[in-house]
Amino acid sequence: MRKLFVILLVVFLSVSALASIKVGAILPMTGGVAAFGQMIWQGVELANELFPEVLGEKIEIVLLDNNSDKVQAVNTARRAIEQEGVVAIIGQVISSNTIAGGTVAEENGVAMVSPSSTNPLVTQDKKYVSRVCFSDPFQGVAAAMLAFNNMGAENVAVFVDVEQDYAVGFANYFKETANELGGSVFYEYYKSGDQDFTAQVSDAISKGAGAFFIPGYYQEIALIAIQARQLGFYEPIIAGDGAAVPETIEIGGDAVNGLYFTTHYDAGSPAITENAKLFVEAYTAKYGEAPGTFTALGFDTYLVVRDAIERAGSTDREAIAKAVRQTKDFPAVTGIITIDENGDAIKSVAIVKIENGKFVYDTTINP
Amino acid sequence: MGLKAPPSPFSFQSAGGVSLDPKTLLQNFINGLSLGSLYALIAIGYTMVYGILRLINFAHGDIFMMAVYFALFFVTLAQLPWYLAAILAVACAALLGFTVDRIAYKPIRNAPRISALITAIGVSFFLESLAVVVFSGIPRSFRTIFPQSLNEMIIIGGEMEVKYGREVIVGGIRFPVISLITLIVAAIALVFLWWFIFKTKVGMAMRAVSLDIQTTSLMGVNVDRVIGMTFALGSALAGIGGILWAIRYPQVWPYMGFIPGMKAFVAAVFGGIGSVPGAVLGGLILGITEVMMVGIMPGAAGYRDAFAFFILIIVLSIKPSGLLGRPEIVKV
Repeated sequence: MRKLFVILLVVFLSVSALASIKVGAILPMTGGVAAFGQMIWQGVELANELFPEVLGEKIEIVLLDNNSDKVQAVNTARRAIEQEGVVAIIGQVISSNTIAGGTVAEENGVAMVSPSSTNPLVTQDKKYVSRVCFSDPFQGVAAAMLAFNNMGAENVAVFVDVEQDYAVGFANYFKETANELGGSVFYEYYKSGDQDFTAQVSDAISKGAGAFFIPGYYQEIALIAIQARQLGFYEPIIAGDGAAVPETIEIGGDAVNGLYFTTHYDAGSPAITENAKLFVEAYTAKYGEAPGTFTALGFDTYLVVRDAIERAGSTDREAIAKAVRQTKDFPAVTGIITIDENGDAIKSVAIVKIENGKFVYDTTINP
Repeated sequence: MGLKAPPSPFSFQSAGGVSLDPKTLLQNFINGLSLGSLYALIAIGYTMVYGILRLINFAHGDIFMMAVYFALFFVTLAQLPWYLAAILAVACAALLGFTVDRIAYKPIRNAPRISALITAIGVSFFLESLAVVVFSGIPRSFRTIFPQSLNEMIIIGGEMEVKYGREVIVGGIRFPVISLITLIVAAIALVFLWWFIFKTKVGMAMRAVSLDIQTTSLMGVNVDRVIGMTFALGSALAGIGGILWAIRYPQVWPYMGFIPGMKAFVAAVFGGIGSVPGAVLGGLILGITEVMMVGIMPGAAGYRDAFAFFILIIVLSIKPSGLLGRPEIVKV
């Protein structure tokens, strides 16, 4: 009986190993930025349902949770490559995690394609780490143009999360452009997980801020907005793609009405590719609501990785990594993706506003 | 295109500057009082359990978190009115505290104190992980669970102005209604505990347990029941603190109890661990200094948690038993 069981197990394992190509997905399914991970996973799953095969074999997605944590980012990357034997990795999500986990991908020569890490350090001097989204030097320009040109702010308080590479980099690019546009900027600091921002908000109000810019993640954006409104700050609040999840509205409520943010994609923006139409239709059919930004990015990352495997023509990790870097004019949901020699995608920035508790597409800024 | 790398996060921290605008200082004092009142309330339960059992209950912050989830689900799933949900959530927190004691602490009642401490840390991790598995790791909103009017601000001074088509009050010193309620609840808890510990029979048994468990047991007191009661009461206080915290900072996630629990621990030690009035005083002072420090030195805001421990070290090096703590007599 036991022998039979062992034989069956071996047969089962070898069959499943033969019949599928394993792709890792390292996402923050729990922890501070879990909302990003959950949305991206929806997109990856949906894409896997619509395009389940490559090179005549099934693609099996191995989902690993990095707990939104830098140390786990490294451990999960190691596990995906050494134990799960994935041919490429979709992930990771926030910049600090991708920077940490990216070193493992580099050492082992496995392609890691991030759906959403925008800090320049993510791909800098890397051969195997790429992204399908824009990076912060451009997002910073777009956000500063929004604040100083479109909204006419003069003196902006920037709330910097000192623990996040994303926030620090984004804030600095914002400041650079602000200086070029002749606006003034001052920083307030906090760190991920803080709940009370009353001291920083009071300080920013006393320094005469004409707008708040929060280049952080949704939990803190929502709380800062609530406390700013409570303490009598009625001027505009601006954020980056870290605000593009429904949790911003659920937690922030009335306080985030009127909030503008820069982001990758909005389902309300005009669809430019066949994939964009397909994505919105398939998502709406499955979940009965419009898809979010990060879901679209997850969908795109899967398509880009699948396309690279197809062009590589094999499951050789090195060949796939090369093919990822040679992605050219790929018609994805969030735009036409071309990955340049640095591993970055050059894409436009969408401006979205929160109105009556809903995301409303405003405009697009092209690079 | 050469990309410039952003400077290291630490380069920000030195960019200091001191801000001493009197109006902002006053507002920050009030902000600190508002945060401190929450620390105080959580610290009361912490210090009570320590005072009676000599056990630092690291799971206190996680019972705090569980209570908030209970309240959330009583309102969203069971559709109960908010006040009923709050009462039931606090009762469930008490029951959870009682259960934790029965399962985790009771078997090691006679083991060295360090075993109990490590068990408490284990319970803390267990509850956090359980919450991740059961409630998922995504933060949930607590905003619509309780009446929004609790988060209105009491505004003193300021002028009416029209901004963006709405008539609003600009300036003024502001204090949230919920923080006033928190202060009142903390005061009630303080008086109630004094009455309970010094005027009731169970309280007398608790005091006896705090002196000597074995002798108390020999006097015919059901020690396990008294200790269970202590945990239930401490956990109920954690639950009340959790719900008030979540109304003020309306997001709920499995690790939300960690930092408040840590701060309450600091506040309790700061005020003299085991002393209930000390915990309230410690909580208020900690909240006020923390917010004032960020308000005065905005550049150092990233160090606010480290700052809490820094004050603790200073106070303990001057007065090792804390502000209102009695010095411990060590018998040789």
